[in-house]
Amino acid sequence: MLAWTIYISFAGAALLMCLPEKRPAAARWTALVAALAGLACAVAGWMACRQSPNPGALVDLVNKAWIPEVGVRFHLASDGISVTLALLTGIAAVVGILFSWNIEQRAKEFFALYLALIGGVYGVFLSFDLFLLFVFYEIAIIPKYFLIAIWGSTRREYGAMKLALYSFVGSAMVLVGLIAAYVVAGSQTFDLVELAKYPFPAAFQNWAFLLVFIGFAILAGLWPFHTWAPTGHVAAPTAASMLLAGVVMKLGAYGALRVGMTLFPIGLHTWQNYIATLAVIGIVYGATVALVQKDFKFVIGYSSVSHMGFVLLGMMTLSQIGLSGATLQMFSHGIIAGLLFAVVGRMVYDRAHTRDLGTLQGMNLSKSLPFAAVTFVIAGAASMGLPGFSGFIAELQVLTGAWRAFPTLMMLAALGVIVGVAFTLRAMTKAFFSEDAAARSHFPAITIPERIGALTLVAATLAIGLYPRLLMDVITPSFNSPLMQPLWKGAGR
Amino acid sequence: MTLTHIAQIAIILLALLAAGLSKPRGFTRHVGEYFALLLLASLGMVILVGADNLLLIFVALELLSVSVYALAAFDKSSPASAEAALKYFLFGGMAAAFTLFGISLVYGVTGEIRLEAIANALAAKPAEPIFYVGLVMTLCGFAFKLAAAPFHWWAPDVYQGAPTPVAAFIASSSKVASFYVLARILFIAFPGARTDWMSIIAALAVISMLLGNVAALVQTSVKRLLAYSAVAHAGYALLALLADPQHAWPALIFYTITYAVTVLGAFTVVAVAEQNGGANMRDLAGLSRRAPVMSFCMLVFMLSLAGIPPLAGFFGKFYVFIAAASAAPRLGLLWLVIVAVAASAISLYYYLQVLKQIYATAPGEKTAPLAPAYFTQAAIVFMACAVVGLGCFPSLLLTRITAALTAHPF
Repeated sequence: MLAWTIYISFAGAALLMCLPEKRPAAARWTALVAALAGLACAVAGWMACRQSPNPGALVDLVNKAWIPEVGVRFHLASDGISVTLALLTGIAAVVGILFSWNIEQRAKEFFALYLALIGGVYGVFLSFDLFLLFVFYEIAIIPKYFLIAIWGSTRREYGAMKLALYSFVGSAMVLVGLIAAYVVAGSQTFDLVELAKYPFPAAFQNWAFLLVFIGFAILAGLWPFHTWAPTGHVAAPTAASMLLAGVVMKLGAYGALRVGMTLFPIGLHTWQNYIATLAVIGIVYGATVALVQKDFKFVIGYSSVSHMGFVLLGMMTLSQIGLSGATLQMFSHGIIAGLLFAVVGRMVYDRAHTRDLGTLQGMNLSKSLPFAAVTFVIAGAASMGLPGFSGFIAELQVLTGAWRAFPTLMMLAALGVIVGVAFTLRAMTKAFFSEDAAARSHFPAITIPERIGALTLVAATLAIGLYPRLLMDVITPSFNSPLMQPLWKGAGR
Repeated sequence: MTLTHIAQIAIILLALLAAGLSKPRGFTRHVGEYFALLLLASLGMVILVGADNLLLIFVALELLSVSVYALAAFDKSSPASAEAALKYFLFGGMAAAFTLFGISLVYGVTGEIRLEAIANALAAKPAEPIFYVGLVMTLCGFAFKLAAAPFHWWAPDVYQGAPTPVAAFIASSSKVASFYVLARILFIAFPGARTDWMSIIAALAVISMLLGNVAALVQTSVKRLLAYSAVAHAGYALLALLADPQHAWPALIFYTITYAVTVLGAFTVVAVAEQNGGANMRDLAGLSRRAPVMSFCMLVFMLSLAGIPPLAGFFGKFYVFIAAASAAPRLGLLWLVIVAVAASAISLYYYLQVLKQIYATAPGEKTAPLAPAYFTQAAIVFMACAVVGLGCFPSLLLTRITAALTAHPF
């Protein structure tokens, strides 16, 4: 079932290319139907995973020979982590289309690229052959470039090229690591499950881990390789920012976890402390920089760097609670960041045509766009990590895991949470609540698709916040699978 | 089917496509002579890849080269075409002299001109220093044909100045033939001197990859950009020669054939654009609005050259990289792979610049839809399909290559 998410997305993209140019409505509906079908498959996969007698276990979806000359297989599989992220992709895809409902210019190309990106993202989350995973990973790079370069705003060509080159350099590092691992293991297979059994020499692991992990983590916004993220997010059109922050950054984190950490556990132990330190710097740095931004979208862009720091920190704790928290944080941040970018990019910017916090302050948006204000307050509360929202559960688990592994770093990360509260509140008051209560400006009302999209995301973050077992039931057991066993060697659980 | 057959079929197909591309162009009245020369050049290539003695290789190489020099000068109304041909001829003549001198030295040392006999003669007695002079000179001559740096200086001018179909011909099928025959000479005639020529090839590869990609960054003419990208791609393909023979052959043949198809497609698109304005980057502005199908094919070609999956260019590179990395001693050549991957990361920038013009930049004053000739359109779509098809299912070609290699090992 889950494998269909990939096929449907690419088929939707191909179908859109064939549609007539002048019918944006047809393009929108086609894209929405394809994304909904993808979401339905993802939900079905998640339900099946929850109800199976062995939830979260690794299940093969497709496993066929593809390029036998080099031992490449078309191997799709899923465990609880894959299912969680596929579900996130499905939600983000549908909501992103709802928030792009107003796109008239070259609509069919927009949605075709959008679905191609989604297809690539699904593919990465479900691939268990490293060649295949790499193929999908690269497929996801190119549509991002065009989505930003054609439909973007502020310095779009710069932002698009920077993002493309950062991604490509990261994937080049990954490629070298994968080729080296393939050759060392005997040039037989790219299958992750097979390669993970091979005992790579420690000296090899030390550099190969760094290459692969950093290569992927560039896309996860690891400090100091995060600089593509704010410019890229700001330049991107709303739906693309939502996807960038919502799922594309997760591609990096997922790849680092799935490939880097699983294949090279010894290298992981060597570099664990250093990477955890970088992650915490990212948390504090992202939050601090967000505190002084004038552009509303930059605030959210830097907040993404900060929140992704929690994912990387959780991964480095090498404890079950930390890793589960990191996975949940990927989901949670995907939803919350999507919501924040939707409010800033679509609800506010498309109407007020400014993102300057000083200018917005004079408009008193809470009166003219109450729905946007309420949504942002909810999203902000979720982003701050208030109990009841998904971010709280996720960050709590990460910090609990970090408490054992790195007490000092954990304190600093907690400090980052406090700064996170500060920048969110600052942006919220400046953007929506004017001191001059009489000030009022008139804007077109929030449309129905926007309302549906926002409510979906709010519902998702609340559902996970109130009943985290919806996802934890499949995430936690995934870390007990044989594939993950090398991670725990030498690490206290 | 032997490997030579595969190479010959590919060469003839590519030559046919290039000839078809020439049909509607108006650069000459001497249509008969033009196609005669094209045929002579193709004959030269077919003999070249089939030849198994050095003298015949040289004769075929000259038949190819002399025909192509004349073809490059065929646009008599354009001074650039004459300049390109003159440069090509002068550099090429020099390179041919080097090759011939090298061959004569090899003959002097071994007393043989047949490839296998040379290998046997070399194995029988220790090599004399003069043999290495001959080896290096032969390699220099071929490096010129391949446009490998630092023997690439003719390439940008010829690609830009020569009539576009001719440039496409030089860039595609003649590349396949030259790489194939170089591999034959190295693997069949000089297997004993492998470690010696490996260092030369490695040096050529590194210089080509770095110089080609860096120089391409600043080009404003798409044809010059393709020329420097050709230099870079010659570097990647040279990596294949460093692999162990059982991997080197499939990697090299797959890479050169897919590269030739891709670059021929790109040149066809450029030729159409040139007829409707020019072949500079800014002339492509907004092309996707005017010719959506052709633009999409150009997207495929450019991304394949950049090495983005699931296109043929990606698998070609990937296979070359794993072949080079697996060469004994394992990972001994990993540094070269790292250089190649890094160079490839640089290259995305300039390919995206082309695509940015086509897709993101607003069209200039010309906005009328642009319809290439029916045959040209079909050829472009065919080549784009080939690039996608061979990228998604590389086994289509690979199984044939490996089958040929097991049936008739060298």
